[in-house]
Amino acid sequence: MLNRTLNISTSPHIVKGLGTDDIMQNVVWALLPVAIFAVYSFGISALMVLVATTAACVLTEHFLCRFSKKESTISDWSAAITGLLLGLTLPPNFPVWMAFVGGVIAIALGKFIFGGLGYNVFNPALVGRAVLQAAFPVAITTWYPAFLEGRFSAVSSSTFTVPFMEPTVDAITGATPLSAFKFDQVITPASDLALGLITGSTGETCALLILLGGIYLAARKMMNWRIPVAILATVYVLSGILHLIDTQAYPPPLFMLFSGGLMLGAVFMATDMVASPITPLGVVIYGFIIGLLVVVIRIWGGLPEGVMYAILLANAISPHIDNWIQPRVYGTSKTAKAS
Amino acid sequence: MSNPIQDKGNTGFWGSLKDSPSTDEFIKGLWRDNPVFVQVLGMCPTLAVSNTAINALAMGLATAFVLLMSNILVSSLRNFIPKQVRIASYILIIATFVTMTDYIIQAISIDLHKALGAFISLIVVNCLILSRAEAFASKNTIGKSVLDALGMGIGFTFALFCLGAVRELLGNGSLFGVPFFPDNFQEWIVMILPAGGFFTLAIWLIIFNATKAKKATT
Repeated sequence: MLNRTLNISTSPHIVKGLGTDDIMQNVVWALLPVAIFAVYSFGISALMVLVATTAACVLTEHFLCRFSKKESTISDWSAAITGLLLGLTLPPNFPVWMAFVGGVIAIALGKFIFGGLGYNVFNPALVGRAVLQAAFPVAITTWYPAFLEGRFSAVSSSTFTVPFMEPTVDAITGATPLSAFKFDQVITPASDLALGLITGSTGETCALLILLGGIYLAARKMMNWRIPVAILATVYVLSGILHLIDTQAYPPPLFMLFSGGLMLGAVFMATDMVASPITPLGVVIYGFIIGLLVVVIRIWGGLPEGVMYAILLANAISPHIDNWIQPRVYGTSKTAKAS
Repeated sequence: MSNPIQDKGNTGFWGSLKDSPSTDEFIKGLWRDNPVFVQVLGMCPTLAVSNTAINALAMGLATAFVLLMSNILVSSLRNFIPKQVRIASYILIIATFVTMTDYIIQAISIDLHKALGAFISLIVVNCLILSRAEAFASKNTIGKSVLDALGMGIGFTFALFCLGAVRELLGNGSLFGVPFFPDNFQEWIVMILPAGGFFTLAIWLIIFNATKAKKATT
């Protein structure tokens, strides 16, 4: 029992706390397997998209800092993560110039306008993707099949589109499991989904690698594990209930869990430290709202995938969640307001 | 009662030009008190019909015309209208000219009339026009009111054109309907949607405020 208060150890006795850059670097390590698998399964087209978004984010952050006469904040890795995350949510055959525009918008509109890191209301990468989705709805829903032959020797025909020009239509396109379900009622087996043998955005295909990265971050206490657990549990339970009601109309819960961007969103985007609530109960409510919105949009919405909008909407109300469940200040009455 | 706008002092970009107060009445609407970029008035037409340069320009000119005529009439009737019913009277005056504008646009181009839709009639409730009537024309001479209306009207048209040009260029790849890019230009669909209006307005506001802040420091 003595060890709890008196820790006997050799020097050094003062340990450096975790800084922003330490956490951000670890997020990059956690994302790296996902990115490597993306390049492995989709070839150099995916690599081009990832490089374009990351470069766009880092450059934008650097120039905006210079422009506003602040010290450049690119060394804290947060801009690189935004870029990497944005790239992982885009289709692998996405034109590079559009990916670059998305990166610029993500940092300028999603982060810098609010005052930089620590002040952003929304997850910057998802802001970039939402604008891209609204601006280029066709390009962002044109999918490229995974494990094509020759994917390491040639890029897809739309990758190097001349800036501001329409991408050429790819000869080979694929359907994501979610769009296959939404429009053709085809259900992809869960094992394919977990291992990433499917078509989709560059980084969303291999659910297992994403989960591994999430477990690593959670084990190092660099991520609030309650958020992904709450989201995934909500989606599993809600879609499970729906599936029990009507097995034909609603997909099985495992399909819902492992398809689309849910894993990537739940593990790496909803857990954005700035845009999510801070109390333990708050993050559970936040996760429940995201899960609920994902199920509602996927099953009754017009789009096959709704993780992005679900997270952005939950980001918007996360300050309010913190307000609702504010703990009572000790010694005050229940009716008195804390503020 | 002195006019608060005149008391702002003669600092700023046009400072050297402003030796007479009359010039100032005209010039303040163009830049220093620009109705859209500084006063942020009349947001409804600004965001709704600025999706192409033509629409924006037509809307700006229609508003400027109504503003000019209503300022003249309000100013000339300023000692006649009782204080208690002044807002109702202003609205009546404005509505008269809006109806005229509506028919004039319909006569000139039915396509333009369709594109602008209900927003022509909605000039009646444009807060820019009412605010100029209430804050300026009802307290100043006809000459000054004309200068004020011209400045504000041109400033409003200019601002709408700034928005419309950017939105049409990115959303349609053209300017005034003339294609600006090769055929396979990729349209930024979001720019012709309402969201694009907000984005463009925000970017222009940033540019304006940044230039203003720079001038204030130097």
